[in-house]
Amino acid sequence: MLLTGSLTRLVALEADQDAELHARWSRDVEFFHLFNFGPARGATAKQAREWLERDADDPNTFVFTILTQDGGKRIGLTDLSVLPRWQDAYLGIGIGERDYWGKGYGTEAVRLVAQFGFAELNLHRITLSVFEFNTRAIRSYEKVGFVVEGRSRQLIQRAGRRWDSITMGLLRSDWKNHGY
Amino acid sequence: MNHNSLFEGQLVCLAPFDPDKDAETEARWTHNTDYMRQTFFEPLRPLSVAQVKKKYEEAHKKEERNFRFAIRTRADDRLIGFVALEWIEWVHGVARFQFGIAEAADRGQGYGAEAVRLMLNYSFNELNLYRLAASVGSYNTGAIRFLERLGFQQEVRRREAIQRDGQYWDDVLYALLRDEWKPTAG
Repeated sequence: MLLTGSLTRLVALEADQDAELHARWSRDVEFFHLFNFGPARGATAKQAREWLERDADDPNTFVFTILTQDGGKRIGLTDLSVLPRWQDAYLGIGIGERDYWGKGYGTEAVRLVAQFGFAELNLHRITLSVFEFNTRAIRSYEKVGFVVEGRSRQLIQRAGRRWDSITMGLLRSDWKNHGY
Repeated sequence: MNHNSLFEGQLVCLAPFDPDKDAETEARWTHNTDYMRQTFFEPLRPLSVAQVKKKYEEAHKKEERNFRFAIRTRADDRLIGFVALEWIEWVHGVARFQFGIAEAADRGQGYGAEAVRLMLNYSFNELNLYRLAASVGSYNTGAIRFLERLGFQQEVRRREAIQRDGQYWDDVLYALLRDEWKPTAG
């Protein structure tokens, strides 16, 4: 079944419930730095709500809250920003609840959203980028079948030095070969 | 330090676009299918003069993160192309770099190379950027050779990201770091 795994389930955003969570996660700077290019600035629940509503209303953005199957806890979000003319999309994911890091929740959510992209949106490929220091995420993307397509050298400046960003891609043909 | 040379080359100069003078030329460019496909990934969409003028107005609102200059010949003040920086991220000193010479007759004359040298100098010495990236379709071998002559290094190949004439092509990303930049290259 689409959007449903054994650990997690992807559901629509609920601005009332999610805005507070996102505001809290945005103030966790280590978490924020794992996947944001821009500077950390913290968000109020009102700002978070505006972003979430804007994403939810954008016909080319598919954004989901990640729920645990066991207990229905809201632990993170994942999204596909589709470039409709190219059957291409950029994938994003963040598990804001630290208790759920390193336990397979994120990997399964990536698998579910990729499956949604290929099976429902008929994408030809999915792209993501990840900072070189986020090794846990890189391993997780590789498990799903993403392939390193290159490295943007010294893309960001943080903590007194420059860091690379790694671009990974998953083709429809890679996905089929990966046993879904 | 010669401040006057920032926008002035031997053959061309960089100048702001003038909506009254330039909209008609740019609208004509959008009908030039070879140029549009070489330069942009977005599917070709011919624009009216009024639509181009509207784009100038919209660009004005985004100028915090974008710079776009007209390339004009010095001999006869003719608009022949553009150079642009977009998606500038000031915190990290990085941006996307784009350029185009619209008419085939104006290519291979050294206009583009000089305009791009001016823009790289502007990016690194006036805006103090650290890194410029440029993205080209794998079919655009002319642009790839040009970027390599300028010292850009190939970094990423997004496989089969572009579809044209029933065939898939890669989106190839090149980048140039300030330390690697040679002002006379190209």
